[in-house]
Parts: sequence; C-alpha cells; structure tokens
Amino acid sequence: MLTLENLNVDMDNSALTGTLSLAPGRRVAILGPSGAGKSTLLDVVAGFRPLRAGQVGWCGADLTHSPPNKRPVSILFQDGNLFPHLTVFRNLLLALKPNGQRASEEDSVRIEGALKRVGLAGMSGRKPGTLSGGQQSRAALARVMLQARPIILLDEPFSALGPALKAEMLGLVRDVAGNLGALVVMVTHDPDDARRFAEDVVLVADDKVHLPVATAAFFANPPEAYQEYVGTQ
Amino acid sequence: MAQRALSISAGLALAILTLGPIAAVLIRAGGLGSFRPGDFEALQFTVWQALLSGFFSTLLAIPVARALARRQFFGRRLLISLLGAPFILPVIVAVMGLIAVFGQNGILNSGLAAFGGPRLDIYGLHGVVLAHVFFNLPLATRMLLQAWLAIPAERFRLAASLGLTPWGQFLTLEWPLIRRIAPGAFAVIFVICLTSFAVALTLGGGPRATTVELAIYQAMRFDFDLGRAAMLALMQLGLATVAGLIALKLAPSQGFGVGRGRQVPRWDGRSTMARTFDMIWIFLAAAFLLVPLALVVLKGMPGLFAGAGQGTWTAAKHSVLVALASTALSMVWALPLANRKGELLSVAAIAISPLVIGTGLFLILRPFVNPFTMALPVTTVVNAMMALPFALRILRPEAEAVEHDFGRLRQTLRLTTWAWFTRVWLPRLRRPMGFAAGLTAALAMGDLGVIALFADPDRATLPLQVYRLMGAYQMEAAAGAALLLLILSFGLFWLFDRGGRAGADT
Repeated sequence: MLTLENLNVDMDNSALTGTLSLAPGRRVAILGPSGAGKSTLLDVVAGFRPLRAGQVGWCGADLTHSPPNKRPVSILFQDGNLFPHLTVFRNLLLALKPNGQRASEEDSVRIEGALKRVGLAGMSGRKPGTLSGGQQSRAALARVMLQARPIILLDEPFSALGPALKAEMLGLVRDVAGNLGALVVMVTHDPDDARRFAEDVVLVADDKVHLPVATAAFFANPPEAYQEYVGTQ
Repeated sequence: MAQRALSISAGLALAILTLGPIAAVLIRAGGLGSFRPGDFEALQFTVWQALLSGFFSTLLAIPVARALARRQFFGRRLLISLLGAPFILPVIVAVMGLIAVFGQNGILNSGLAAFGGPRLDIYGLHGVVLAHVFFNLPLATRMLLQAWLAIPAERFRLAASLGLTPWGQFLTLEWPLIRRIAPGAFAVIFVICLTSFAVALTLGGGPRATTVELAIYQAMRFDFDLGRAAMLALMQLGLATVAGLIALKLAPSQGFGVGRGRQVPRWDGRSTMARTFDMIWIFLAAAFLLVPLALVVLKGMPGLFAGAGQGTWTAAKHSVLVALASTALSMVWALPLANRKGELLSVAAIAISPLVIGTGLFLILRPFVNPFTMALPVTTVVNAMMALPFALRILRPEAEAVEHDFGRLRQTLRLTTWAWFTRVWLPRLRRPMGFAAGLTAALAMGDLGVIALFADPDRATLPLQVYRLMGAYQMEAAAGAALLLLILSFGLFWLFDRGGRAGADT
C-alpha cells in the first residue's frame, strides 16, 4: 500500500491536507482544478516536496524522509523526460546503468526489447529532437518499463498530444503497468483520461485530498467540489 | 555529497590563493615600507587617469551607441560584433597599434607635419587615457547599446505619433536611459582602469605618469625593495576595495551576448543633419578601433615573414603553454563554482589586483625556491584566477538551467554524481564552455602583468617579449611579434569557441 497519513504540505497561500492509501497495481487518476495541489501531491509521493506534517509509506516502509532517488518511484514529467543530447538508446541505458557505465550485451537486448514494446523498434540511434511528440512519450515510457519500479507517477505527461495519440499512450501505460504490477498515479485535468484509464479517482480540491472513489461511481455521482470545477454539463 | 565537497574545495583554493598573498603582503609591509613622496603622486595619478578614462569612454560612447541604435547600414552587425574584440585583444598589441597611429612617427603625426601642425606625443597621461578609451569605449558602447535596443519599439512609435521634436524625444526616451546606464558604465571602466598595469607600463612611466601598480613593479624589478612593494600593494588593495564597492553599487549587469544586431524600427532622426552626424560618429568609432589593428597587421608582416627570431618563438611557445594550462585550470575551477556564491567569490578575488597577488606569491615562494624559476606556473595560476569571473558569468546561467531542467530527472533515474557530470552536465555545457575557454585562453595569451614581475630572459611570454623588443627599439621584430601574438590570441579564442559549437546539437 502507498499510504499518505495526515498530510500537511505548504503551498503558495495555503496548505494541502489529507489522508490517502492506494493499493499496489491500481490505476488512479487525480482530478481537480488547477492550482489545487494535484502536482504537489505527486511531488510529495516522489519526495520533491518536504512535508510540514504527516507520513508517507510504502508497504510498511516509512518513506517520509527518503530522498527522491531512494524511493520506489518512476516518473513521467510533463516535459523534459529525455536528455536532448543523448540518443534514445543512451537515454534508456541510464535507467539500467545510473552510474553511466557502458551497455552490456544484456542491457542492449533489454533496451531494444523495451523499444519494440512501445513501437519504436529501430529508433534507438535517434536523438529526441528528431522524434515526434508521441514517439518521445513512447521512448520515455520504455524507460519507465526498464526502471521497473512499483510506483509510476504521471504528471499530465501526454497533454501535448492529440486525443487519438493520447488514448493510445494511455493504453500503452496500462499494459506496461499491468506487466510490472505497478501502482499508477496520474495527474490530469481531463475527465476523459480518468474515465478511460483509471480504476479510482482521487479528487484534490479546496486544499484537501479526498478519498479515492471507483471511477464509475465518481462520475455517476460527482462530488459538489468537482461539479463546481467542471461546471454544470 | 561529493559535488558539494568539490564546490567547497574549489572555493577554498580560490580564497587561499587570494588571502594568502594578501597576508604575505600585510606582514611584509608592516613598518618596513618607506613611504616616499613619489608614492602619493602615483596614487593621485592612478585615480586621475582612471577618472579621465571612465569619463571620456562613457561620454564618447553615447553618440556612438545612439547612432548604432538608430541607423541601419551595411556592416552594422559586424561592427557591433567587433566591439567585443578589444576584450580579447592583448594590451601590448593595442598599444603597438595606437603608437602606429598616434605615436612619434605615426600616421597622424605624419599627416599633421604635412600641414605644418604640431607634433603629438603619445607617452604620458594622454597616452594612458587614449589607450584606456580604446579598450573601454567599445565596452561602454555595448552597455549603452544594449539598453537602447531594449527600449520597446512601441515607445518610438508613440513618440512619432505624438509628433515629438528630436529634442523632445531625446528628453523623454533617451536621456532617462543615459542617466540610468552611464554612471554604471563609468564606474566599471573606472575600476578597470585603476588596476590596469600593461598600459601604464608601456605608455606611462616617469615621475608624472606612474600608477600604483607600476610603482609596485618598479619597486620589485628595479629597487628590489620588497617592503616598499608590499606597502604599495597594500595601497593598491585599499584603492581597489573602495572602487570595487562603488562599482558594485553602480554597475549594471553587463552581458557578453550583447548586440545580436537587433533593429528597433525608428521614425526619428531622418533629417540630413542627424544622418550625417550619426554616420560621422560611426565612422570615427570604427576608424578608431580598426585603423590601429590594421596597422598592427600591416607593420607586423615583414617582421613575421623575416622569421621573427629565436626569442620570439620561444616566448610564443611559453605563452601558448601558459594559455592552455590556464584555460584547463580555469575550467576545472569554474565548474564547481558555477553558482551564485562562486561567482561572488571570484569577483571578490579579482578585485584584488593581479600584481598584488603576484607580489604576495613572490614573497611566499621566496624562502623556498628562486621565485624567478616559478614565473610560468605563477602566471598560469594568476591568469586562470583572473579569467574565472568571466568564465563564471558565461557558465553559471547555463549550469543553473541544466540543474533546473533535469535535476528531477536525475533524481528519479538515480544517476550517480559521475554519470550526471559526464553524461549530462558536461555535454549540456559544451557550448558555453567553449566560449568561456576561448575567452580565458585569449586573456591568458595576451596578459602582461604578473609575468613582468617574475620573468627573467629565459622565461618570457610573448607579450613580455614584444615589450622587451619595443624597449630595445627593435621595432620590426616587435611588430612581427605583436602580429604573432594577435594571431595566436584570436586563433585560440576561435578554436575553443568553435570546438564548443561543433556538433553540440541540442
């Protein structure tokens, strides 16, 4: 379980509070108005933001004071997921060899395999700048696969893609996470993303992290804070 | 963390190399120094020439920057880029060029003589100021031009639609800008000129045109009076500290990437008189910069083709080695210091004049080795130190951008410090490092400062060799060596800068 207990996190003019626990292997969407603290919540899980009070835990281990690089977490950021001066292969290799060493035979096989899985077979020699936005997202996802961590955080990573491409990428994330058995937490402002992808929805609004609700139930009977945010449809 | 430890030790090395020599100077100067009447005059001259240099550079820069800002002409971009050249131009080369124009047998005197005019003499106060204006007029022009081009085009459009007279427009748009930028430009130039040594060495001298730095040099080289040199160094230290504080208060941020040749559309200054006026200023400024350089090239060719002479080649070899070693050292030093604290520290370090540091190092080394045998290593270290603030000003924004853009990715990938450094940091910083290394190499190549304190005939650098040849009235050999120095300085800059760009795709 990923557990966030009695959180209290400083934000610009307020503080984000709440308690949350998410089971391994679930796909969870975080919805809410912009500025409410969706990304802040991800930062808390990833360890990029200090807590004023509360605890972060994963399967019994206390992560509250672990630095980001010690947490069982991989992240897809909104942008800047790939080093622009390195080829796709070298970018992926860093997930396997964080000390910058050369690729072993086995590394190469794994990297090419991961690229094939995301539909980028034969692209390993390309630099990110020569890839389309969708291809860059795929390459970053291939790296998340190689990192094979039990928690995957997505910070609106496909918001720059068109609807069809985005749907495809979400499908791909679902496959990858399913294979890894990883918990996926995705921040989005698009309810359709949540409907399509998530099993549970966590609403972040009014400085509060609300309890997770099954996606179908959430949209069948949206909470008041959410209705205010999307407006009456 | 390893990275932090590295930053701290780099900072510490810098602090030790600055404070150590100062301590040595302080200890040595205590009571031993004899204050001579000439020393007060040196202080007076130093301040006076710096005031005049700052004043004329800034004043003359105003019409030039104004003209460059509002005129469009063939070669404008090139001229603006050329305004950056004096920064990497060896002082001694510029002095040779200025002598060729304004000197005893220079083209100006020949011209004046043909019309029966008076003869000009370049040596003394006006020569020192002239050379300082040569170096700093471009600097002031760039600072003003940058501000001028930052005035939004809408303001000029508004001024045009309001039908403001030229004088009205000057008062509303341009005068406030001059008042904002000019004092800072003046302060920066004033400080630079306070610690300028090579110009005073070559064009000054004598009781009436000796700066404090020159007096330090004379005390060491001619009288070998270390106590007095230390006392003078102390005086220079006080002077530089006060001036540095003034400059810190007044100085605007001066960039290197100035003047991509941006053009703000203007509706003013269309009268024939305004146009003529602007073109005259541009022509004069360009001639003032380019004619001396052209003469260095022209006059240097015979000497260079004649084979320059053994001493010159040896000196050139020394200089290239010193420049390369300084560059390497400066880069290794700069990388861990590429943050706000590091930049402040490096600026503080160079506020102390190189000659003071040189004097201090001389005093420290003397009990252990013959300081003269250490001439080249000491020059290397001091040059690296002097180039640090410039290198950091270029590197720091980029280094911080890499940290900002990829710091989180680094964390989530769990990159080791080594992998981060070699796979991300260095490759991302290649371009600015090439530029910074180019500047450092050129500065070290052309430096005529500490080496003059330490050098014996076997260990001259090329700038010192040019100076010696001039002193021995071997003008053809001096001109050839000066041209060689010019080629090597600009060549090294070009090589490093190019090396940083080549294949540095994003």
